[in-house]
Amino acid sequence: MSIKKISKEQPENFQFDNKSIEIAKKIISNYPEGKQQSAVMALLYIAQRQNNNWIPLAAMKYIAKFLKMPYIKVYEVATFYTMYNLAPVGEYFFQVCTTTPCMLRGAYKLVDVCKSKISKDENKISSDGKISWMEVECLGACVNAPMLQINDNYFEDLDQKKLEQIIVNIQKGHKIQPGSYKGRKSSEPENNRITLMDGKNA
Amino acid sequence: MARMLEDKNRIFKNLYNDFGSDLKSAKARGDWSNTRDICKKGREWIIKEIKDSQLRGRGGAGFPTGLKWSFAPKDVGARPHYLVINADESEPGTCKDRDILRFEPHKLIEGCLIASYAVNAHTCYIYIRGEYISEGEKLQKAIDEAYKDGLLGKDSAGTGWNLDIYIHYGAGAYICGEETALLESLEGKKGQPRLKPPFPALIGLYGCPTIINNVETISVVPTILRRGANWFSSLGRERNTGTKIYCISGNVNNPCNVEEEMGVPLKDLIEKHAGGVVGGWDNLKAVIPGGSSMPLLPKQICDTIKMDFDACVENKTGLGTAGIVVINNDQDIIKCMARIARFYKHESCGQCTPCREGSGWMWRMLERMAKGEASREEVDMLMDVTKQIEGHTICAFGEGSSWPVQGLLRHFKKEIEERNNFNPLVNTGQKNPYLVDQHLLEKENA
Repeated sequence: MSIKKISKEQPENFQFDNKSIEIAKKIISNYPEGKQQSAVMALLYIAQRQNNNWIPLAAMKYIAKFLKMPYIKVYEVATFYTMYNLAPVGEYFFQVCTTTPCMLRGAYKLVDVCKSKISKDENKISSDGKISWMEVECLGACVNAPMLQINDNYFEDLDQKKLEQIIVNIQKGHKIQPGSYKGRKSSEPENNRITLMDGKNA
Repeated sequence: MARMLEDKNRIFKNLYNDFGSDLKSAKARGDWSNTRDICKKGREWIIKEIKDSQLRGRGGAGFPTGLKWSFAPKDVGARPHYLVINADESEPGTCKDRDILRFEPHKLIEGCLIASYAVNAHTCYIYIRGEYISEGEKLQKAIDEAYKDGLLGKDSAGTGWNLDIYIHYGAGAYICGEETALLESLEGKKGQPRLKPPFPALIGLYGCPTIINNVETISVVPTILRRGANWFSSLGRERNTGTKIYCISGNVNNPCNVEEEMGVPLKDLIEKHAGGVVGGWDNLKAVIPGGSSMPLLPKQICDTIKMDFDACVENKTGLGTAGIVVINNDQDIIKCMARIARFYKHESCGQCTPCREGSGWMWRMLERMAKGEASREEVDMLMDVTKQIEGHTICAFGEGSSWPVQGLLRHFKKEIEERNNFNPLVNTGQKNPYLVDQHLLEKENA
């Protein structure tokens, strides 16, 4: 079980904007009538997206009313799952995978880069307010290890230098390119392909 | 070396995204070509064909798929039936479903239609892990294409069957890959597994009959029905038929996903497809053959083992998800397994005490053992802890967390003992409740 810190500074109020309400209603309609509680996970994501990538307690109360379910049930879900941020994170939120397959290929070197270039401690936003980082468990891109997730995207086949460059680009305000940093477009073996040869020559 | 699977027998032609994942390209590869005719042959035919193909679930447990489908009630009563696709791929070492979701989504969608028809479901939920945001978007795009083309919705693909598919995102909980935890999560609760029985096939999502299958399992169904059960079962061997996507990661020169025949030698996968072990085959230390929950294998077994369900079981491990993690001699094997133990400590849902407490206990002991700070007696204690977890929990997470540690002890106990070889603080027999674990002193109560 992960330990989640809930932010001490909480906004008084929260409500969905019109766009969020529209998306929320659409998602609730995916589930049978009376089973709107199923949408709680999606609604928490919507709140997180609307509120700079973190969920305040007021949003949980709002969602509880929205779905006609007890507040504590929403709280339970928000604290159980690791992807809900219950305290502010950086505009660019780095999640470094360090589980064994990534570790074998040098994930902890990426952690060192984060420590020296972003902030010494996990979950502490960098001095320029742009980036925060944390270690996470397997992100399911093991053949493209080591990798990390920044906001919605995966950055794969990294090493220290490439990660440093990504951080520099963010600090300079440049766009960062997701995907493989070895030029792979999928999980095919590099330079060594002996299967699906029709495709290789296509 | 054994013969390699021929390209014409590979199911996932777009595994490396050479051709594009859109509907037009998928159709050009043969997807959706005669879905209507397949369904017209009837439910019994479909289930029998899948049974004859001896397809076993690709999500880890290897349960026969046709048999699972036959557990769904034959007639729909007051409660609707559901099909749920498990795309919560989180097992360390596994990344095959990700490629299906982003490069072969139409194989999955077509499989969903056929499976839904076979088990009488009009609604299908695809539960994707929350981190797969762009993969989910690609799948949603494919679903939208299918609706537009009349392949989903009312009278899907001319089969006369109505089917709606919805995506449900997880939020970073490994345990939701366990089928009943997944159902809890789908119902909007925290993902803690349910007791079985009742099995989901009778009482599942919202208390209704529910069939839950892995992405890869469902995605191979259309091809099996098209090319015939005989074709599929001619690959591999009895009870271990067909092809499988293997993910080869860790200390290899070219980590990759590759679709190969069931029963392909592990050495072939590593040497031929993944470019060999870093530092050469002799530099191999151990291999985790089926995702992190499966016990590791030392080099001498890796020399000869074939990768299928039964061969792995014979070697006291499992094929699991076929996520192969290669560890070479440059690594500290105890540290590697301590990291896996940390994963399980982090992901335990906390419902059952043996798992909640034991997973952290194993992790802390392994961390100390990696540093050589554990006493000689603790090595046996670690084994004892794994035995207290295994079989004493609601779901298979207990086995998943204790098996890798047992594998380490089975094959590398000497190495641990050499590193942790000092006398314990207290000699046995001298009862000191503050320094020794009581349950070890009172063995008869353990």
